[in-house]
Amino acid sequence: MKAFTTLKGIVAPMDRANVDTDMIIPKQFLKSIKRTGFGKNLFDELRYLDEGQPDQDCANRPLNENFVLNQSRYQGSNILLARQNFGCGSSREHAPWALDDYGFRCVIAPSYADIFFNNCFKNGILPVILSESDVDLLFKETFATEGYQLEVRLAEQKVVTPDGKEFGFEVDAFRKHCLLNGLDDIGLTLEDADAIKAYEVSRRQEAPWLFDAIQAS
Amino acid sequence: MSGKTLYDKLWDSHLVKQRDDGSALIYIDRQLLHEVTSPQAFDGLRLAKRNPWRIDANLATPDHNVPTTDRSSGVDGIADPVSRIQVKTLDENCDEFGIVEFKMLDHRQGIVHVVGPEQGATLPGMTVVCGDSHTSTHGAFGALAHGIGTSEVEHVLATQCLVQKKMKNMLIRVNGSVGPGVTAKDIVLAIIGKIGTAGGTGYAVEFAGQGISDLSMEGRMTLCNMAIEAGARAGMVAVDQTTIDYVKGRTYAPKGELWEKAVAAWSDLHSDADAKFDAIVELNGADIKPQVTWGTSPEMVTSVDGTVPNPAREHDAVKKEAIERALVYMGLTPDMAITDIKLDRVFIGSCTNSRIEDLRAAAEVVKGRKVAATLKQALVVPGSGLVKAQAEQEGLDKIFVEAGLEWREPGCSMCLAMNADKLGQGEHCASTSNRNFEGRQGFGGRTHLVSPAMAAAAAIAGHFVDVREFLSGDAN
Ligand code: SF4
Repeated sequence: MKAFTTLKGIVAPMDRANVDTDMIIPKQFLKSIKRTGFGKNLFDELRYLDEGQPDQDCANRPLNENFVLNQSRYQGSNILLARQNFGCGSSREHAPWALDDYGFRCVIAPSYADIFFNNCFKNGILPVILSESDVDLLFKETFATEGYQLEVRLAEQKVVTPDGKEFGFEVDAFRKHCLLNGLDDIGLTLEDADAIKAYEVSRRQEAPWLFDAIQAS
Repeated sequence: MSGKTLYDKLWDSHLVKQRDDGSALIYIDRQLLHEVTSPQAFDGLRLAKRNPWRIDANLATPDHNVPTTDRSSGVDGIADPVSRIQVKTLDENCDEFGIVEFKMLDHRQGIVHVVGPEQGATLPGMTVVCGDSHTSTHGAFGALAHGIGTSEVEHVLATQCLVQKKMKNMLIRVNGSVGPGVTAKDIVLAIIGKIGTAGGTGYAVEFAGQGISDLSMEGRMTLCNMAIEAGARAGMVAVDQTTIDYVKGRTYAPKGELWEKAVAAWSDLHSDADAKFDAIVELNGADIKPQVTWGTSPEMVTSVDGTVPNPAREHDAVKKEAIERALVYMGLTPDMAITDIKLDRVFIGSCTNSRIEDLRAAAEVVKGRKVAATLKQALVVPGSGLVKAQAEQEGLDKIFVEAGLEWREPGCSMCLAMNADKLGQGEHCASTSNRNFEGRQGFGGRTHLVSPAMAAAAAIAGHFVDVREFLSGDAN
């Protein structure tokens, strides 16, 4: 996994609550068996005026000029500012894959859906939670200033504005450690292989029906 | 010390290791796999040269991309090449790693969340995961079940564990029984209408009370299925005799002496009387009427005798804007009666409502009647091959076909329209599925979530009607 330490970049404002995973990446793109290439279809139904198809060249599709990612001032953004309950809906990891492939490494919002929030960490994306009022303020500043940039410092757990305002945020210690060091979760868990085996031995005594269960018939 | 909740008990019995930083390793008893969220996980295993930790903990079946019409040419006959590759990839991965899979032409194939319980692959007291948010369905068995992302699918394949943080406990109690014609679907929609789509975020939710314990296992699955639409990754119901009766005799359920032992262990799968919950929500069963969603989020819901909201009466600016946006997308006008919403299609199916009981409820309504001439299509898609066979044995397929509904092969179908079944732009659909997001059932499609009986009644009338009038026989 890619490490996340400090990120500085242009902020794109996604000013709507309850953005669901169907909106982030519509289902026709879930048919891919790869992890990459979803960026061009991020927010597909909002971004283009026609219905997108997998493997289609998006260069000639009609753009929705009003959509934020299509506005020139937000080109090259890598921080997405969002509203409450961002990422609700399905468990598709294609949502963070699409955000990452587009170039977003950080989302800032007042709240997230649980599964999406979790999936972000697995893909080197930092979902920052700030209060409604702080997020409101950031929206105002983003709209007011073209080229508005934020700096996100994971080690210090801070978001810093261009004029030096700082917003602290909470992050789970284990997830922070994995992100800062770009660690592979599976490798870490396998360090506890003995504990897993010991659990299985005692559990098999208690509940033997849970083991050797699914066999071909 | 206060007692434990059901969730506390399930958590404790699966705790492999508590880490200092507050995270924990939780053991996973069962993983269900389907074609959409697993290919990248199997690829990850191969790349890292890892083997699955425990083959026999996994069960796979393709569901999202399978055609629900003619399957005589097998996987090669799937028209969309991208869908075909995805289904084939699941077959190849399961063959390579030795995982049991009910392939597309197997009579046991179906939607994972229908197949798991039906096979007894989901048992009380288990931890169950799947790369699909509606894994919460399996909580109906007094199991801890939730959806995970693809990285976690790979994690479970490789380690049989997940890294988790304990969630908070929420109790949702439905006091007293619900009235006739009111189903589990209406109960869960009413709950979501009350607490909102983020109301359960961060919680493991236990559903309890008379209105819940009255429900059959099918009903409890419908209820827990939509816990995720209330924001809760996991929903659950305590084990009782209804649970035990359902599980008994299923293919992968324990037999003989082991069965007796298991049943004894399962008797503890309920919250202790003095257990503490972080949040409690209560509803009166008698107050719940058949529900219909009018908007683009499951919380945008009202009773069938209600009206579409008027944004002018909403004072919260964010909510007001959401209502306005939803009304434009849905093509509805403020204050119009729900029963005036005209329909283009009807979909009866999905992991929420495609079990035998759902099909019986729908068949009872359409029996001897005809689908409205104004409807373009009414689909019935059973949740699995076994549900289909059972329905055909009971003659339900004939009732549907005679009434003018189409009878299909099992799969997710129009629930998310990854196969050929979709809504056209601007079309209104009465759907028994679980999500009414923009574009969910097809680009520009307009979804209204309802129970199977309500969908069936809407198919006959061509617009929404209160199914309770139908059941008492005074509908026109
Ligand atoms: S039926 Fe719908 S909600 Fe259920 S698993 Fe299939 S696509 Fe997902």
